[in-house]
Amino acid sequence: MNPLELARAEPGPAFTVTLDGRELEALPGQTVAATLWAAGVTSWRTTRGAGRPRGIFCGIGVCHDCLVTVNERPNQRACLVPVRPGDAIRTQEGTGHEH
Amino acid sequence: MSTEPGPPRLTIVGAGPAGLAAALAAAGRGVRVTVVDAARAAGGQFYRQPSAGLGARRPQALHHQWRTWQRLSDGLAREVAAGRVTHLPDHHVWCVERRLDGSGRFTVHALVGPEQEKPVEVRADAVLLATGGYEKVLPFPGWTLPGVVTAGGAQAMLKGTLAVSGRTAVVAGTGPLLLPVATGLASAGVTVAALVESAHPAALVRRTGALTRRADKLTEGAWYAAELLRRRVRTLVRHTVVEAHGDDRVEAVTVAALDAEGRVRGGTGLRIPCDTLAVGHGLLPHTDLAEALGCRIESTGPRVWVDEEQRTDVPGVWAAGETTGIGGAALSLAEGHIAGRSAAARLGGRVPDPGEWAKAAKAREELREFFGAIDAVYVPPAHWTEQVTDDTVVCRCEEVTAGAVREAVGELGAADVRTVKLLTRAGMGWCQGRICEPAVAGIAGCGQAVARRPFALPVPLGVLSRAGESGEDDGDDAPP
Repeated sequence: MNPLELARAEPGPAFTVTLDGRELEALPGQTVAATLWAAGVTSWRTTRGAGRPRGIFCGIGVCHDCLVTVNERPNQRACLVPVRPGDAIRTQEGTGHEH
Repeated sequence: MSTEPGPPRLTIVGAGPAGLAAALAAAGRGVRVTVVDAARAAGGQFYRQPSAGLGARRPQALHHQWRTWQRLSDGLAREVAAGRVTHLPDHHVWCVERRLDGSGRFTVHALVGPEQEKPVEVRADAVLLATGGYEKVLPFPGWTLPGVVTAGGAQAMLKGTLAVSGRTAVVAGTGPLLLPVATGLASAGVTVAALVESAHPAALVRRTGALTRRADKLTEGAWYAAELLRRRVRTLVRHTVVEAHGDDRVEAVTVAALDAEGRVRGGTGLRIPCDTLAVGHGLLPHTDLAEALGCRIESTGPRVWVDEEQRTDVPGVWAAGETTGIGGAALSLAEGHIAGRSAAARLGGRVPDPGEWAKAAKAREELREFFGAIDAVYVPPAHWTEQVTDDTVVCRCEEVTAGAVREAVGELGAADVRTVKLLTRAGMGWCQGRICEPAVAGIAGCGQAVARRPFALPVPLGVLSRAGESGEDDGDDAPP
């Protein structure tokens, strides 16, 4: 059983977003982080210093580890931001202001 | 603008068990209540619901005490419909300010929306802080790898978005939270390869006095234990995570047995393949808003000090729930109820009669005693810092290693956390030390100081420069 089945979820129609140009399916009500997890992606940021990969850590908006660029806006917390149809999500490198 | 004095206004920060119990207790007693909360739906962390868009037909599948939640959410809906409570979701409070005009009133500053850019100010005659807590995680080699998440974070993602990060998880650390996290993940189809608890729950037996008075909590623990057994989850007690392995994400963890002194026993290492490690070492109260208001903070926790009525030492400021000390949802409900009753009476110019909340006060006493016993048993291994290698990152935001912290203490002479911070930048990043503070203090070998952060959130400079510009009591419900 998966979590959606466990809660007998009947979400609205799925829609498409992109991660670095690659199309992913997203469900209404999900956050950016949940969409990426569902697609098997666990990291979407590299650190400013050592360039190490990071993704979700605290999951509730405290730690800022899950920062990501959404629609050209860097430093969004993926665990808080709701996903919207057509979102262009980009892996964030460093401060996110270097592009 | 109205010239009639309206009912006094109580603003409650947080819509978890404590905030909701307080709102329901105060709303029927002549107070206009505003509940300001960061989440998009009420419930807090404990009663976090799947997002509405997911259309969960059985949201209770991941929850305990569902009937209590129904009572709270029905009550909130009723009070909102009656106009006695205003619920402001998606409002991220960054500061509560006591007005300097001698009125004794408050301004609650919030940022609206998930991107947290639009500022909003809420006026209040009194404030009730029900800001909850967050998870403490102590570092170990590999803890920054993607796939390593806090136990509470794994649960929040599961409850709120019905998402899991992988297929095989290890749940590790210490504390009662690990039990619902492991059973929740298992029920959602994740293979839980092991539950690794560093304490030995048998030690609870020595504290039976405090425990037997709350048989309900013991039954809850036994229920989780039976669930783990039924799902064949291997449970290792007196064991700790030594290292998480992987290059770009976690692929396995090594756990090891602890000796009686809390040191890793050589030769006991056990490598467990997994793609998720959910780890936690207890919870920490959110005290930022209280700190900025100048409320007295107790060093244990640290937590907000309150009196028998749940009043802080700042006039007009109440606090309830995890912010006054970690003790779970039932204690939060009791504290919230008392705080709401007290605030309503005091705002109405009356001295409350504690007899009105005798049942809640009894529950509060028993549960504080219960969690005192739990806290004494579920502590991280005494020598956890010995497993933290010099190249392990301690401050995740600023990428400060344990070696740098040790150098600041050993070679540069830092004797307190603040000096370590100034010398290394540990705790100066986005999270403002919320995640690394216990780790930095432990590795530096000095006590944890009260942080005194001016703001509870990162605030855009443009918002800061305009804060307070909206002037005196705006809105038609302003007192004369």
